[in-house]
Amino acid sequence: MKTLAELEAIRKKTLDSIVLRKEEEGNTRVVVGMATCGIAAGARPVMIEFVEELKRRNMTNVTVGQTGCIGVCRLEPIVEVYVKDQPKVTYVKMTPDKVARIITEHIVNGKVVEEFTIGAAE
Amino acid sequence: MMRELADNVLDIAQNSVAAGASLLKLTITVDEAADLITLIFSDNGCGMTPEFAQKVTDPFTTTRKTRKVGLGLPFLKMTAQTTGGDFSLESQVGVGTTVKASFGLKNIDRPPMGDLAGTLQTLVILNTHMDFLITYRGPKDEFVFDTRQIKPMVEPLELNHPDIAAWISDYIKEGMNECGTVE
Repeated sequence: MKTLAELEAIRKKTLDSIVLRKEEEGNTRVVVGMATCGIAAGARPVMIEFVEELKRRNMTNVTVGQTGCIGVCRLEPIVEVYVKDQPKVTYVKMTPDKVARIITEHIVNGKVVEEFTIGAAE
Repeated sequence: MMRELADNVLDIAQNSVAAGASLLKLTITVDEAADLITLIFSDNGCGMTPEFAQKVTDPFTTTRKTRKVGLGLPFLKMTAQTTGGDFSLESQVGVGTTVKASFGLKNIDRPPMGDLAGTLQTLVILNTHMDFLITYRGPKDEFVFDTRQIKPMVEPLELNHPDIAAWISDYIKEGMNECGTVE
């Protein structure tokens, strides 16, 4: 059972590790479309999978955020990935099982997963 | 329409985010005696004029500039009314908005509750700039989660830090399970 007391321990442990990692700070952002269209298409499980997969890999230098309707509702759930100094990549018709590949191939290894992008869908 | 009530919760709560609320009080009640699931969203956002509040459940009403439809509240109202529940909305400019929707618990047309814990986790970690007071009244017990209590405890970390987010996720999930859940 998770308790509030545990939270203090997690905080301390995390703060210690942040000091160590400060040097390698990146600013990769994953942004999930979370308007009515995205939510209806299943954006929430995708978002949760990103958070959980990043946690499993201990990748604290990637932030997960949300945005409103991106404008191509028929291709929802849509996820945009912003890697530092690179153009934005838009992934469409996302599912939780596509998440691991995007993290491994794109965010870690820098190779865009072309087949999931809006370019491949259009 | 939404496949799960949990999706409606996430969607309607986004309205409070868009309204610039600093606090959203979200109450989810499973009342087996009354045979109802009730959702109450109460925020201190910008509120609506009486004219806008009147027509806000019309699908062709929205504040966004990019197109003419807005389906969040219409979906919620439709689902409430088709499952033997009720819908109401009160709003005052500068004070905030309260939306109430109830659904027939055993009604055949009621969408499943779905991953409510996932919705609550998503709301909390994607909107760290605002506070949430979440009350879940299950069949067995009541679970309360207040970000105003959690935030000072994790300072200077944010609630969306992966380690904190994982704890929040488990804490909410376990807390709700203790109170009993419905399909």
